Amino acid sequence: MFVIKVQHISKNFGSLKAVDDLSFEVQEGQVFGFLGQNGSGKSTTIRMLLSLIHPSSGSIEIFGKPLHKKRNEILEQVGAIIERPDLYPYLSAKEHLQLFAKVRKQRISTDAINHTLEKVGLAERSHDKVKTFSLGMKQRLGIAIALVHNPSLIILDEPTNGLDPQGIADIRQLIQYLAKEEGKTVFVSSHLLSEIEQIATQILIIHKGKKMVEGITKELLDPQKRIVQIKTMDDDKALQLITTGSFHHYLLPRKEGIFLKLPTHEIPLLNESLIKAGVALIGIESKNSLEDYFIQVTSNS
Amino acid sequence: MWSLISVELYKIFRRPRTYISFGAIAALIIVVQLGLKIDGSAYAAFLMKDINDTLTVDGKILNGYLICYILLQLLLVHVPLLVALIAADMFSGEANLGTLRLLFSTPSSRTKWVFAKFIAASVYTILLLLWLAFLALLVSMWVFGTDDLFLMKSNYVVVIEQKDVLWRYLGAFVFASFSLLTVTSLGFLMSTLSNNSIGPIVGTMSAIVFFTILSTLNIPLYNTIKPYLFTTHMNNWKEFFDIKVNANNEAITGTILNVSKIQSSLWVLTLHIILFLGASVIIIKKKDILS
Repeated sequence: MFVIKVQHISKNFGSLKAVDDLSFEVQEGQVFGFLGQNGSGKSTTIRMLLSLIHPSSGSIEIFGKPLHKKRNEILEQVGAIIERPDLYPYLSAKEHLQLFAKVRKQRISTDAINHTLEKVGLAERSHDKVKTFSLGMKQRLGIAIALVHNPSLIILDEPTNGLDPQGIADIRQLIQYLAKEEGKTVFVSSHLLSEIEQIATQILIIHKGKKMVEGITKELLDPQKRIVQIKTMDDDKALQLITTGSFHHYLLPRKEGIFLKLPTHEIPLLNESLIKAGVALIGIESKNSLEDYFIQVTSNS
Repeated sequence: MWSLISVELYKIFRRPRTYISFGAIAALIIVVQLGLKIDGSAYAAFLMKDINDTLTVDGKILNGYLICYILLQLLLVHVPLLVALIAADMFSGEANLGTLRLLFSTPSSRTKWVFAKFIAASVYTILLLLWLAFLALLVSMWVFGTDDLFLMKSNYVVVIEQKDVLWRYLGAFVFASFSLLTVTSLGFLMSTLSNNSIGPIVGTMSAIVFFTILSTLNIPLYNTIKPYLFTTHMNNWKEFFDIKVNANNEAITGTILNVSKIQSSLWVLTLHIILFLGASVIIIKKKDILS
């Protein structure tokens, strides 16, 4: 079942086309990674999913219902954080959760509120005012607000912003727990591609408002076709060897070094031919990460 | 709806800024009351200097009722500025803080949010007015005592028996609440147009100053629009203190000289409230939340 179904949405701000004919679907129980550079239209798309921005054209269905007609019904089952964790500085963490529970007209017990704060690691600071919080703590509270009413769909826009490495790992584990143990659908955007790579079952990359790639993460990052970077003492000689030899069709156009996308079994052959040609090799580094894939996709466009 | 209103009220009264207005009104009233308590006889003598030769007044002129009238004349012009501090911040403040997107991604319609926020801002305005009424009327009655209300208008004198005064103040405060709610709705409308608080607050104050000047200008070109400006009507609470007289020029207890003027002013103010609130609903419903 599709939890989110976006069909040909576009959003224009004057002459600027922020989102251009974007379509995608998110299945129930998925962790859906939504990637794009700054200004690529990620936040505009997320705001359209939350009915904060009206699309110029196209349609959005969530839980099989049209968003423009069943907005309130849909949003009852959605929890979200959008970009920065902006909160009321004069209220405490606990007061925030109580306030948003009241806004949602839900009777949420003190135990449930305490449990949500524990989940995000804020139990000990629950009575402190937000003005004393660090950016990372505000981010955790934002996530707690998104979770407190136990939604089926969680939309997280840059949830690891401002978090330290331990905090990032905690949020990664939380997202995996929510999807695997609680069966929730998580739509997550982040600029930390290594994080998305570890948690997302499906990814969508947009660039300048347009869809570039969509697919299952494992398939997109096919280990049979590795991106490798070759580091040598004489890059010009190595490049000449590659461009004139049998490896030339694996070469990727990159300014920052020599990159090839080649089958795994070809790597030892490349190594051998470089050594035979007398190229002093420093190393062959596998770059088969989402980050490399992302750079490849967006730079090609 | 009630839950949204209570959330908005909770936010308003948890903010330290809210209490600045209450403190400012208390400080101003106490300063005036203290000054008149210490040096009130000199002030009363100054008031009476032009009519002392033709009129003899018995009793206590500088009583609680007159003090309240003086305070209202002084303060009701400035209270709109204090009202604007909160009303013009209702949407713009949330947009500036970044919390508007949190509110608008909850399962309540934007129209409901507009009404909840307007009602909360109106409750603040009414409480500010009640605070003013308590300090200006009740505290003045307690400190200065009561007697007949002696008012000097531009070319005549009005004397209202003390038993005939309190209901007039009640009417004046109800009228003032309409005036201030008009300012609340104007500030509220301004707050829908901006993503920072300063612009709408300054905009509301500027609009009030601009229209007040226009209302007081005696230029024929502007006389045709004056009846439609809310600022022309905001100070008509004073009409409650003009009394009808009989053939012997004696005041008729329980009467108001120009009831229709009060009624038409209330209509104009109510229409402005509806207009400003309606415009706010339309703007917020169409607005893309980019903050």
